[in-house]
Amino acid sequence: MRRREALAKLTGRERYVDDLPLDDFLWGMTVRSPAPRGRVTAIRFGTDIAWPEFVVVDHRDIPGPNVVALIEQDQPVLAAGYVRHVHEPVLLLAHPSREALRRAARSIEVVVAPEPPALDFRAPPGPAEIQYGTDNVLKRLQIVKGDVERALARAAVVVSGTYETGAQEHVYLEPQGMIASFEGAVLVVKGSMQCPYYVLKALQHALAREEALVRVIQTPTGGGFGGKEEFPSHIALHAALLALKSGRPVKLIYDRGEDMAATTKRHPALVRHRTGLGRDGRLLAQDIEVVIDGGAYVTLSPVVLSRAIIHAAGPYACDHVRISGRAMFTNAVPFGAFRGFGAPQSQFAGERHMDVIARTLGMDAVELRRINLLADGQSTATGQVIQDGTDRLAVMERALELSRYREKQRGHAAFNATHATLRRGSGLATFYHGAGFTGGGEVALQSRVRVAGRPDGRIEVLSANIEMGQGTLTVFTELAAARLGVAPEDVTVAEADTARVPNSGPTVASRTTMIVGGLLERAADDLRRRVGLDDTARGAAVQQAIRRWHREHPGEPLVGEAAYERPPGIAWDDTTYRGDAYGAFAWAAYVAEVEVDLRTCATRVIDFVAVQEVGKVLNPTLAKGQVQGGVVQGIGWALMEECKWREGAMANNQLTNYLIPTSDDVPSVRVAFLENPYPHGAGGAKGLGELPIDGPAPAIANAVARATGADPRAIPLTPEKLMELLEIADFGLRIADSAP
Amino acid sequence: MNGHSAIRNPQSAIPITFTLNGKPVSLGVDPAARLLDTLRYQLALTGTKEGCGEGECGACTVYLDGVPVNSCLVPTYQVRGQRVETVESLEPGALEPFERCGATQCGACTPGVVMTASWIREHPELLATHSIRELMAGNLCRCTGYDGIVDSVAEALREPGSGKRDT
Ligand code: FES
Ligand code: FES
Repeated sequence: MRRREALAKLTGRERYVDDLPLDDFLWGMTVRSPAPRGRVTAIRFGTDIAWPEFVVVDHRDIPGPNVVALIEQDQPVLAAGYVRHVHEPVLLLAHPSREALRRAARSIEVVVAPEPPALDFRAPPGPAEIQYGTDNVLKRLQIVKGDVERALARAAVVVSGTYETGAQEHVYLEPQGMIASFEGAVLVVKGSMQCPYYVLKALQHALAREEALVRVIQTPTGGGFGGKEEFPSHIALHAALLALKSGRPVKLIYDRGEDMAATTKRHPALVRHRTGLGRDGRLLAQDIEVVIDGGAYVTLSPVVLSRAIIHAAGPYACDHVRISGRAMFTNAVPFGAFRGFGAPQSQFAGERHMDVIARTLGMDAVELRRINLLADGQSTATGQVIQDGTDRLAVMERALELSRYREKQRGHAAFNATHATLRRGSGLATFYHGAGFTGGGEVALQSRVRVAGRPDGRIEVLSANIEMGQGTLTVFTELAAARLGVAPEDVTVAEADTARVPNSGPTVASRTTMIVGGLLERAADDLRRRVGLDDTARGAAVQQAIRRWHREHPGEPLVGEAAYERPPGIAWDDTTYRGDAYGAFAWAAYVAEVEVDLRTCATRVIDFVAVQEVGKVLNPTLAKGQVQGGVVQGIGWALMEECKWREGAMANNQLTNYLIPTSDDVPSVRVAFLENPYPHGAGGAKGLGELPIDGPAPAIANAVARATGADPRAIPLTPEKLMELLEIADFGLRIADSAP
Repeated sequence: MNGHSAIRNPQSAIPITFTLNGKPVSLGVDPAARLLDTLRYQLALTGTKEGCGEGECGACTVYLDGVPVNSCLVPTYQVRGQRVETVESLEPGALEPFERCGATQCGACTPGVVMTASWIREHPELLATHSIRELMAGNLCRCTGYDGIVDSVAEALREPGSGKRDT
């Protein structure tokens, strides 16, 4: 089936939040902190502004607790006399003219008495920089399997390495925005978001309103990638506070500069590996330390850290593993959810480290992976026994074959020996991604989905999971149609409006298709039972029964419902971090071929092969598009997307100086799927959305190493960074040459 | 007119006339107004999107006298007497290859992508000297990885009628 809303998007008819017609409204704007830390000693309003025309809101206007409710209740809606990061919201303004508003905002000076900020998450904070607990550690987690110290002591070889990854800006093409207004006593907030119920909860809490007096509606969302997971709650609250105070609808839309400066990014990370190996290259011990920069508030850092450490050991069998993780407080703009959620950082380190090990042992990088990849019956770092029947070696073999890896290796050797300025190489990464919330997370969410039968026999799917480009509307339509045997045209998917749809959990963590889709199937079965049919009834019989039911129960709603149930045989202990971290893992092997120009030190990816096993592929066009889009984001993160920092805030917050890949920067991404249906996922599917961001960066760094002899340990691998590395490699070469 | 008006100070409004999607329009515009805002907020043509506001992303692409431009960089008063065409002017039937090949995901870049792509389709001679990837490089897309877009353009070029319209 083709994407449901494709034509509306192609013709420009789709209405995003900034496109909605709105009468008699005010534009909203945020005034922010200029300093990374300190007490707000004064707020000076410009004297040439007609202030009575403006609505001005500060923290004293918040009816409930001054907190954006999330994991911890530590982040204020508006700073109350003290700021912890640059761009922290301090005041809100509204006015009918956007121009007048911008002038007014520019005229305001927020005066901060500076205190010493903590700005480097990698270094232990000085005493004056401590602002969270006794050591600025926001969260500590550990996974222990076996006895890593003993195993390291006995290993024939120990290889160590330190790896770093930078922040990444989401650059969803539609900047964030919200509209708040009132329908009678009900506050209605509409906007671009991934998690309507997160926004609802945050509004209820800080505005001290009961659920019946708040309604949240997701508007078509122009990309999210995690950036619209937790952050929209802030904008919703800001717009709502201005609407409350003014009594008028308020529209608060970020421009690109504000969006890039003030919203979350991917957590920067530092990962250290100490690996014990046998002479044959078998992994005997993995000692891993993962440190991430959380920024100035807790936000989602504990769960990002959790996913980072669970994925840090890679898809390999090893009996002795210790993974220690820390999320650090710094006075940076808080980091947040971004596609992959910690796993891309820890798997960059892990997969680059595999190649470093291979080089140290003088072993082939493919062979090293072949002997260590998890086989069925073996267990991950958390002790989760993998028994899914997927042939992980076959996934890798397929990637090698499609990329003509061996042939090209020989070709590259010849090319590099003769070409004056270009160097080519291929790199491999084998990796995995757990789908759904970690551990007991799905149980705690208690997601519910409804499938309604309409009086005309049509089917309506009601869930809080949203479309942001990844294909929810299409996949939900296909799943409901297939389950009930009706035509896709007879299925509608309800707008994600909290007044109508149940809480089926957030649209994150690659959970929508696999988990929520599974609930949808069961809710469809429930609907069928309610009209007196068993699970074999399909098509016209179902629709006739629905129409008949409505004739017999005029005016009553006909709704099937399903709530989450943990798949059988899954157990997780959150205190020891042992057990089944995820219901299912998706598996992949990616090969990047690069060409480095030694004159400019620019790296170009000239071929990319992405092979994955994601259970049953429900919609090939959508699935392929998800992989291609994820890979290109990964190419950007690996080679060009560099956040430059000034006092913990992004200094290059423009698309002119934060570069993302264009069509001309990337090759065609060749995608293949191996299918092994997952019995507990909708239609046999496993989660897919995040997997493709995990593999490109290590595959590319490994390819650059192969092409040039450099030893990259950090991304983004910009031309400047590569130039430094090549000078080092060149120096090393000359030393070796001059040795007697 | 709704409260979206881009006119800050009615006294300073400049009266202009231009052709919009084949029809003449006359209106007063603020001297500082961008064509993008005039289209979106004054004329309620919201198909044209703002992705960056600084000429980098191409989401705001329109045709000015038949040539694609970033409408976020064009002061509205400059289009006086010119022909402006937006995504709303495109024939939906011609967009079928884009629907089929996965050219759109979130859709925020899509109107701009479709405008540039349609222009390439009308000027296939460009492909003698440039690749589709080069010609599409002014339209950033964060979702598709570009394969869906490039494939769609290639498909559209294969359809009968490609290259017919002259501008
Ligand atoms: S909005 Fe005009 S180029 Fe980005
Ligand atoms: S489809 Fe989302 S930016 Fe292109």
